[in-house]
Amino acid sequence: MLTLDRATYDGIVAHAKRDHPVEACGIVAGPEGSDRPERLVEMVNSAGSPTFYEFDSTELLALYQDLWRREEEPVVVYHSHTATEAYPSRTDIGLANEPGAHYVLVGTQEHGNIQGPVEFRSYRIVDGEVTEEEVTVVDALPPASTP
Amino acid sequence: MAVEVRIPTILRPYTGDQKSVEARGASLSALIDDLEENHPGIKDRLLENGDLRRFVNVYVNDEDVRFLGGLEAAVSDGDEVVVLPAVAGGGPDGLVRGA
Repeated sequence: MLTLDRATYDGIVAHAKRDHPVEACGIVAGPEGSDRPERLVEMVNSAGSPTFYEFDSTELLALYQDLWRREEEPVVVYHSHTATEAYPSRTDIGLANEPGAHYVLVGTQEHGNIQGPVEFRSYRIVDGEVTEEEVTVVDALPPASTP
Repeated sequence: MAVEVRIPTILRPYTGDQKSVEARGASLSALIDDLEENHPGIKDRLLENGDLRRFVNVYVNDEDVRFLGGLEAAVSDGDEVVVLPAVAGGGPDGLVRGA
């Protein structure tokens, strides 16, 4: 199950709507091993395409260096599908390289840039196998447990 | 002296879960051959048909090797090499360039 706080959920949806019809993409970072999506990082889709997304290679390195410094990891990797169902495509599955991440898909095909509900779904993608999981939105994440 | 190579999570099964390993070589190509010696199987995850895979990024001292001559990129002792898989994907008709 993926649990997100309301502000992060709204931020991902707003990004997807703003960039529609281009695919929006980004991550939500959290402390390593915590499974806590705490810090939304919007990325630029360097492909600038309605059917493809890719983080720019220089920005990708800067992102990961920042994560390493903070001892964080990508807890969520999200992108939007702007003309199709919010389900991982074959390309998405083949390129899913963070086995520990929740892969969030936002479908904006129905309302595009304007207000209205979106599809918001989350998956685990490990070794080419896709498992959908429940998404729960809470006002705030519960306090971090201390190890 | 050697070169430190940062290994992404997805490839850590090849390095006994180590986040970074040392390797030797004067070029990226030689470095990858040396990695393969100690971590069999990793080369195939980095290369395809003798070239760097389209969706694998390698950086030498923070510079994408695609701007440094690709596999011929020079590497020297003390350099830092980072391997990062692309974060990419797309819709059902998404183009898979070079894949």
